[in-house]
Amino acid sequence: MSDLLTIKDLTISYKETEAVSRVSLSLKKGEILCLVGESGSGKSTILKAVTGLLSSDGQIQSGQILFKNTDLASISDRDLRKLCGREIGVVFQNAGASFHPMRTIGDQLYEIERTVGRMDRKAFNEKAGGLLLKFGLSDPKRVLSSYPFELSGGMQQRVGIAAAMLLSPGLLLADEPTSALDVTLQKQVVEELLMTRQEYKAAILMVTHQMGIVRRMADQVLVLKEGKTVEYGPADQVLNHPKADYTKKLLAAEPKLRKSEEPEG
Amino acid sequence: MKFVGKRLLQLIPILLAITFLSFAMMRIAGSDAVEEMYTARGTVVSDEVMQEKREELGLDRSFMVQYGSWLLGILHGDMGKSYVSGKDVFGSFLSKLPATLLLAAFSLGLTVLISIPIGILAAVRQGRLTDKILRASSFLGNAMPGFFVAMVLMQILGLKLKLFPVISTGVNLRSAVLPGLTLSISMTAKYLRQVRAAVLEELNKDYIRGLKARGISNRVILWKNVMRSASLSIITLLALSAGSLLGGTAIIESIFMWDGVGKLAVDAISMRDYPMILAYVMWMAIIFVLVNLATDIIYHFMDPRIRLGEEEEG
Repeated sequence: MSDLLTIKDLTISYKETEAVSRVSLSLKKGEILCLVGESGSGKSTILKAVTGLLSSDGQIQSGQILFKNTDLASISDRDLRKLCGREIGVVFQNAGASFHPMRTIGDQLYEIERTVGRMDRKAFNEKAGGLLLKFGLSDPKRVLSSYPFELSGGMQQRVGIAAAMLLSPGLLLADEPTSALDVTLQKQVVEELLMTRQEYKAAILMVTHQMGIVRRMADQVLVLKEGKTVEYGPADQVLNHPKADYTKKLLAAEPKLRKSEEPEG
Repeated sequence: MKFVGKRLLQLIPILLAITFLSFAMMRIAGSDAVEEMYTARGTVVSDEVMQEKREELGLDRSFMVQYGSWLLGILHGDMGKSYVSGKDVFGSFLSKLPATLLLAAFSLGLTVLISIPIGILAAVRQGRLTDKILRASSFLGNAMPGFFVAMVLMQILGLKLKLFPVISTGVNLRSAVLPGLTLSISMTAKYLRQVRAAVLEELNKDYIRGLKARGISNRVILWKNVMRSASLSIITLLALSAGSLLGGTAIIESIFMWDGVGKLAVDAISMRDYPMILAYVMWMAIIFVLVNLATDIIYHFMDPRIRLGEEEEG
């Protein structure tokens, strides 16, 4: 099967400093790739580059981001925006803040639907309600009429995933989707992300520094340090037979999950 | 609405305090209303006549008694008579209001129509040529004093092109154009920057990244999302301007001989026309309380965080 997303020799810099140096990776349909590393290692920068959301001083210096054979690094902002939502979904670390604070969830989800065409609001509410139910939100009607601040952190995160999956994109980018949650909620969100793969056959490119979650989800792992690839390969190999010292150190630093354990991250 | 009632009740202590303070300040100022009145008429009268006049106006009585009797009058709907014209204060004040209302509405409307679109344009084009030109003009507009703008407009639109009367021919829209334009130019210059800043602030918020990542177009992001938030800060600004415009704009009204409450207030102050000054002070207090109330009500309806927060408290 051909690759859904291929990143080739990607180099990104913020002003003078190089944040990501010659990183390559590839992702097939239905695959989960986790980017791990310490903060500042360039993990999130790679995700932002895929969706064209680098801050104004961030620049792709060289390399390609091939999504279904289109180089996202060189297409216009407008064309990239057309892919966002429909083909590529994004889940943020703090999903609550990714919604407009003064508009209801229903209005904002409807707005996403409207980017692909007309749909009657009633029919849409049905569709969105079903989607929210799927993501473990038991009272979708209330969620749709709520403002972001009225929902708990865990609910916001699930609404965030639902929003990303509304148009059933083939690729889901998740930027530390669980770090702001407590352990029980983390587990639920992980289940929901796994469900998106099952249900939508979506590939997931996920940034996290929580090794427990990597173990649970990843098919492939890419370890980054100071913007450079330290180790990249199948999850089993990287997690159980790490070659690089840095990977060993990262794995050793992972808190072992016991019942009495503090939340990680 | 309970909230509105509460706010209107708050107006009572505010009015009491503000009238008491202005009453006190006028006395502390020291000049004598009666002396001022006769000087203005150009007549010299004996001390007895002046004393008689003082007694007639009640100015010989103690401060508290004067304030008390004025207050009693207000409660009966009587704001007293002007020392200068001898006419009923309430009636004369009311007669000047239409002019001020027209000018305020005209200049504020014009300001909104011009400054909001170009403020948004400057924000969207941040750092580009359009933005630079707009900001430079805003700087220029801010730097020019009102009377100077007034003279330039009079010269060009009034004398050269003869489009509008230089001095007002009464309370009509044609006469309102030049003073209105003068006021709008400096307000627009100020607002352009504020609107630009408000829009830019919103554009840098986290939710913008969220909307972009979901494929929402720039047009929808700007008009349906950014403007909803930015309009709150813009409304606050407008409310402040509305307040000061409704208080009359003494200098502009004088330059264009526009017969509004601003000019009335300046005349009243220079003539020590106490009842008239108090009427003006009360009007200002009421205006600001009402404008703030209106702003709060708009906030209440526009911002769910405020609306739902209040409901929880209640």
